[in-house]
Amino acid sequence: MEKIINITLKVWRQKGPKEKGGFETHKLEGISGDTSFLEMLDILNEKLVNEGKEPVAFDNDCREGICGMCSLYINGHPHGPDNLITTCQLHMRHFKDGDTITVEPWRSAAFPVIRDLMVDRYAFDKIIQAGGYVSVNTGGIPDANAIPIPKPVADEAMDAASCIGCGACVAACKNGSAMLFVSAKVSQLALLPQGKPEAKQRAKAMVLKMDELGFGNCTNTRACELECPKGVSISNIARLNREFLVAKFSD
Amino acid sequence: MYWLFNSSIGRKFIMSISGIFLLLFLLFHMSMNLTLLLPDDGKVYDMICEFLGANWYAVAGTLVLAAGVVVHIVYATMLTLQNRKARGSDKYLSSNRTETEWSAKNMYVLGLIIVLGLVIHLWNFWYKMQFAELIGCPDAVTGGSGLVKELFSSPCYAIVYLIWLGAIWFHLTHGVWSAFQTLGLSGKIWYPRLKMISNIVSTLIVVGFAAIPVYFMAVHLLCGNN
Ligand code: SF4
Ligand code: FES
Repeated sequence: MEKIINITLKVWRQKGPKEKGGFETHKLEGISGDTSFLEMLDILNEKLVNEGKEPVAFDNDCREGICGMCSLYINGHPHGPDNLITTCQLHMRHFKDGDTITVEPWRSAAFPVIRDLMVDRYAFDKIIQAGGYVSVNTGGIPDANAIPIPKPVADEAMDAASCIGCGACVAACKNGSAMLFVSAKVSQLALLPQGKPEAKQRAKAMVLKMDELGFGNCTNTRACELECPKGVSISNIARLNREFLVAKFSD
Repeated sequence: MYWLFNSSIGRKFIMSISGIFLLLFLLFHMSMNLTLLLPDDGKVYDMICEFLGANWYAVAGTLVLAAGVVVHIVYATMLTLQNRKARGSDKYLSSNRTETEWSAKNMYVLGLIIVLGLVIHLWNFWYKMQFAELIGCPDAVTGGSGLVKELFSSPCYAIVYLIWLGAIWFHLTHGVWSAFQTLGLSGKIWYPRLKMISNIVSTLIVVGFAAIPVYFMAVHLLCGNN
């Protein structure tokens, strides 16, 4: 049977980065359990537009859990109460009739609010620009099997590469640390032969950039891995620590 | 070596190394305390106390230990302040419901409780023993077993020490595996093992320490004033 619920939303509204924000309460009636969380916000926005009010700004793009654009801190969890999914994959059936749902932007000094629920995650791009790549000499495309890679290593690199750069790890962290993200980006390359030549330089440059941008120091609370929509593991953080320390000690 | 002080991982490296050093000290101290349970009226224990006393090696050891404690506290404070700044001043209205371990999130507060306990502890023992001997005080105590017995015949003190040990247990269960994680010595396979080792080591240390106040309090309560 289809579930239909009435909910109260407490949504963060903020006109601009420098403006003072606050919570706004809205009631929505007759929301189907099959509605996704973002569709529910679309319904709210349509209502607001019809009432001649400003719609709530929130980030989204693919709406299928692959782009990493959607964010939202919902009832105490980044990407909401369900595990291993992004906000766009969250459905209203996870809420009960009469629930009050609090929707907040990611909160971290390195992710300033742009407007309402949108935050500026450009800091992540800057970290990638600092070293999250392999410098290639473009030439002929090599055969896919030319470099043999053991399956467990390939799997581990793939798991790290599943990071979509959403920033939930930073949002969940009491220290505002970006270690899970940075470690995933370092690991996906450090594990593979193509990434090895620049591994030391990469680890140093990306950590330096991460510190410079004002992200905090990881204290291993594991909040990041528990909230990551892609299940990226903190074993990557251990690898990043290792890569960084080895690089520095061998200088 | 500048990176040790101005990179996040460098600072955490300092935290791990100083933490492991303090852990090793706790293991030594705990083993020494256990000799109080030998049925020799504290003779072995007093012998170790006298062997250490205010001799140069004991004083040097104390200074290194104090340096370790200071480094650990200074870096903890620095990292905590930086982390608060990185987190920003805007708090979540819906709080944080991620089910992390309580100790992992309260290491600094636990640390403060431990420092408080440490002050009491130094006052109870070190001040009357090594310190008194150093300043040439005639009533310096060279064998500490009498002090231990006297202190823990007061159930109040015994309980204060047990609470202190509780805080140490929580601090260690997170601290031990966390130190190895920071040193890059953890991973998919070693994470569960390190967690287990953490729990075992913390429990051993805390139970070993707790045995002393529990034993002397029990002796006092059951056998009267001797
Ligand atoms: S590690 Fe997980 S939570 Fe962090 S940015 Fe990547 S996908 Fe998002
Ligand atoms: S909108 Fe692309 S992951 Fe959610």
